[in-house]
Amino acid sequence: MHTKGFAILAKGLYKRYGKQQALQGFNLAVPEGTVCGLLGPNGAGKTTAVRILTTLLHADEGTAEVAGFDVRRQAEQVRSRIGLLGQYAALDEILSGRQNLRMFARLYHLGAAEARRRTDELLERFDLIGAADKSVRHYSGGMRRRLDLAASLIIAPQVLFLDEPTTGLDPRSRNEVWTAIRSLVADGTSVLLTTQYLEEADQLADSIAVIEGGRIIAEGTPDQLKARLGGDRIQVVLHRAEELPAAESIIRRVTAAEVTVDEDRRQLSALVQQRVVALTEVARALADAEIEAEDIALRRPTLDEVFLHLTEKHEEVML
Amino acid sequence: MRTERTTLFTRFYWALADAWTVTQRDLLHWMHQPFQVIVNLLFPVMFVLLFGFLFGGSMTVPGGGDYREFLLPGMFAMTMVFGFEATFLAITTDINRGVTDRFRSMPMAASAILLGRSIADLLNSVLSLIVLCVVGLLVGWRWHGSFGEALLAMGLLLLLRFSLLWVGIYLGLVIRNTEAVSLVQILIWPISFLSNIFAAAETMPGWLGALVEWNPLSSTVTAIRVLFHNPGADGASWVAHHSLWMALLWPLLLLVIFFPLSVRRYWRLSR
Repeated sequence: MHTKGFAILAKGLYKRYGKQQALQGFNLAVPEGTVCGLLGPNGAGKTTAVRILTTLLHADEGTAEVAGFDVRRQAEQVRSRIGLLGQYAALDEILSGRQNLRMFARLYHLGAAEARRRTDELLERFDLIGAADKSVRHYSGGMRRRLDLAASLIIAPQVLFLDEPTTGLDPRSRNEVWTAIRSLVADGTSVLLTTQYLEEADQLADSIAVIEGGRIIAEGTPDQLKARLGGDRIQVVLHRAEELPAAESIIRRVTAAEVTVDEDRRQLSALVQQRVVALTEVARALADAEIEAEDIALRRPTLDEVFLHLTEKHEEVML
Repeated sequence: MRTERTTLFTRFYWALADAWTVTQRDLLHWMHQPFQVIVNLLFPVMFVLLFGFLFGGSMTVPGGGDYREFLLPGMFAMTMVFGFEATFLAITTDINRGVTDRFRSMPMAASAILLGRSIADLLNSVLSLIVLCVVGLLVGWRWHGSFGEALLAMGLLLLLRFSLLWVGIYLGLVIRNTEAVSLVQILIWPISFLSNIFAAAETMPGWLGALVEWNPLSSTVTAIRVLFHNPGADGASWVAHHSLWMALLWPLLLLVIFFPLSVRRYWRLSR
């Protein structure tokens, strides 16, 4: 039953907690050596999926294979081939960074000398040598996350699970974690990354799977998904509300797209194909018509819009 | 489907090796928090001094005898009960921090998490008993029986600790909230005080005396008073009379209930 070529293969996973259906028919195929971004809002089922795939949780229905082994019946084999970075740094706060890594290395069944060697290597790689013998409770958020990541890499896993790896980190720490993840991927590790941020998935993933309501509602490369979303939007805020209709017709003419109007905020927005051209033309056309704009900006679709768009599509398909 | 074989022997070896690694983790905690270790060790010592000297003068032991000789066996048992809190806290902290999940996602022996915890807690208890023994000897407590009897007494104390440890593990797995430790503390006090640790059951009103005598803790206390040949061991009731058996039975009963419950609860983490 081993399906060669897939790091992760989940078929029809269902999981219910009491009344809440966390997963309903979750399917996912991640080819070996690739990074898959599992993108979805809070409560979409991302963590449940990761917990099932990392053998922590049993699915009510469906099967899943990780690195070619069944997560339920061959949990032990799966465990010796995966690394897990959970939502919160899973570390012993009292022990030092070095002691944490050594303990985990021993529990991964490395010999004493090998555990020491691997620990030093990881401390070096994640730039933690200086703080190696300090108690983890004195670590910053970014250092903790790096140590956490180091701990999940002790056995050089075939498949690495990262559950919202940068949630709660400041931009600098986030960049550090991204850099670390990129270097792993260069080594050929397969990664499943869950995130709430489109940007994060875009930065790191070869393919993105959008999850909502416990199942995948869209899949593709970042470019494919963006194309489906229609790309960036231009957003104009007017000074005077009574000029909204005039501005709407100008923007519709320039962008040749549907314009959404928010009267309360005196705001208009529309999809654009060529960002800079649209921006200059809209600005010029508004100036020619002597309509005063408080703000004109280009922005990427927000996650809300992505989901709105995708869920609408999804329902059309279901109908 | 790929297959891999592990022999029973390697399984057993890793169960022990992993448990030892988890135990070592706790021993390293001691090194990092020497102050806390000392405070924990001195806590029962404070009780010995408080009750032995401050209240001791006004206490009488039925059948005669020195109050501090009466008190020390009770202090040994109380230390075993207080360790229960540390077990609870260790279990809930690991679950909340995600450390338990990390362990469970690793190829280590699943039994090691709970086994390692119990070995570490027992080692901690042995250390507390040694310190308390030394303090006891300094304040005038002696064991008058044979060395074998003294060892048996220590064994009964550790058995009590071992059984309470599984109650602590169970509560930790069920409650999963580190703040609930105050609840556990509140629970511990009446259990400790409604026993014959500080005063003999004979000195209490009848209904209270009966309640106190049937407290599992009291059976262990009476049994070790018997084994150390310390005063206060000659209660007339049935439970007091069979204290040695009861000191074995109570902990075994707790184990029979809470060991399987804990193991079941642990497996249920994957539900």
